[in-house]
Amino acid sequence: MTPPPAPDQVLSAPLIIEYPFTRTTGPVIGAFLTGLREQVLVGITASDGRVICPPVEYDPATGEDLTDIVEVGPGGQVVTWAWVATPHEKHPLDEPFAWAQILLDGADTPLLHAVAADGPDAVSAGLRVVPRWADEREGHIGDIACFVPEEA
Amino acid sequence: MRDVAVVSFAQTPARRRVQEVNEVEMLMPAVHTALSQVDMTIDDIGFTCSGSTDYLAGVGFSFVSTLDAVGPWPPIQESHVEMDGAWALYEAWVKLQLGEVDTALVYCYAKSSPGDLPMVLTRQLDPITVGPLWPDSISLAALQARALLESGKATEEEMAEVAARSRKAAMDNPNAQLAWDRPASDVLAEEHLVAPLRRSDCPPITDGAAAVVLAAGDAARERSDRPAWIRGIDHRIEPIHLGHRDLTVSESTRTAAEKAGVADGSVDVAELHAPFTHQELILREALGLADDALVNPSGGALAANPMMTAGLIRMGEVANRISAGTADRGVAHATSGPCLQQNLVCVMEGEG
Repeated sequence: MTPPPAPDQVLSAPLIIEYPFTRTTGPVIGAFLTGLREQVLVGITASDGRVICPPVEYDPATGEDLTDIVEVGPGGQVVTWAWVATPHEKHPLDEPFAWAQILLDGADTPLLHAVAADGPDAVSAGLRVVPRWADEREGHIGDIACFVPEEA
Repeated sequence: MRDVAVVSFAQTPARRRVQEVNEVEMLMPAVHTALSQVDMTIDDIGFTCSGSTDYLAGVGFSFVSTLDAVGPWPPIQESHVEMDGAWALYEAWVKLQLGEVDTALVYCYAKSSPGDLPMVLTRQLDPITVGPLWPDSISLAALQARALLESGKATEEEMAEVAARSRKAAMDNPNAQLAWDRPASDVLAEEHLVAPLRRSDCPPITDGAAAVVLAAGDAARERSDRPAWIRGIDHRIEPIHLGHRDLTVSESTRTAAEKAGVADGSVDVAELHAPFTHQELILREALGLADDALVNPSGGALAANPMMTAGLIRMGEVANRISAGTADRGVAHATSGPCLQQNLVCVMEGEG
């Protein structure tokens, strides 16, 4: 029997992860993405009256169709956050930044995005933030380049 | 309900990178050890169910090729879950409840090492509003840890204690990948990886495989002097959007524990699939475990976290302790998804 090859002789190939599909996003997610392109943030009213953002097509509790789209934000406040000292090349920002759950004004569920800040001491729960829009917007979550602390 | 038990469990030693063998070759020792321990071959198995994921292998339907590990000819009754093997065990348990077969083989495996694991795991998030931001698994866990700390339910010191206790326990586990004996104060002295998490609050990246043999009623008694009877098993899922959940609690674990009957007796040992230190604190509370309960004597997922496998290992570790007579009643837990999105709870007991 042939002995197994030494580890440095093992054949290998790059593993590239991607999501190479085109989707039709429908009236709810599509409205959110269209809003991003226009610099307008929207959520959706759930059956219990809470406003969910990003909007979802079905009520999380009852499963019924949701259709009542409402404008939220654009500002909001940080609910919880984590400080990334060494960003990954795929992360939204090249410099150290915070991931944050951001409760947009008028919404009852937080949205995840990146917050650009001077350092971890500049971020805290309750921090007011506003979106920094990308120069070219195409109906994508990346149309918000990041959130930044609101000017006092 | 039929009485169904775990009668055999085997795992491969957890390693950072298993490069010299393919998935089938990595898996074979676990499958064949689990069978040989109870003097069985694949011909004695009524149903086979596996757990793995294509996203780690990087190819579609990757589980089909690993069926070679069991030799599926002549054709066998077989199924697969794109999940941890703990969920494959659940499917096999349901199959045994139907009464058509008396034995089942459950196996699972993953090479977590070939890709960039924290980034691969972003592919399980909402693909439109969250996934494109590439929030890696450690960052999301750090958000949860911050929420827990700010709620006042836990401290960084308590998280560090979990890290130190788990890695010390792993020194007695020959299959563990990461074991050391250092005080919690050493953990607290580490730099933050993604604040508030330090490296020791996080699991290692692990390649590995595991297998379990299940048997019903007399078939279990024939194979084992002391089968680990499954007295309750349940799994629940929460919404994909983290913003829809209170990250400081695990409602799905609490519900699964209630349905599985965790509180119906004392718990001698609990093996919790908590990849991050703060998650053990959340799970203890959700399961209603006593402060002095023996938790993760194997070292848990902080000592070895093979994807798609660490959950089934928790079940095997509890079953081993019951079969060995060192525990009468135990709880095994498995998780999947970001920040404890979905959870499975299994109560096992020995007889006599």
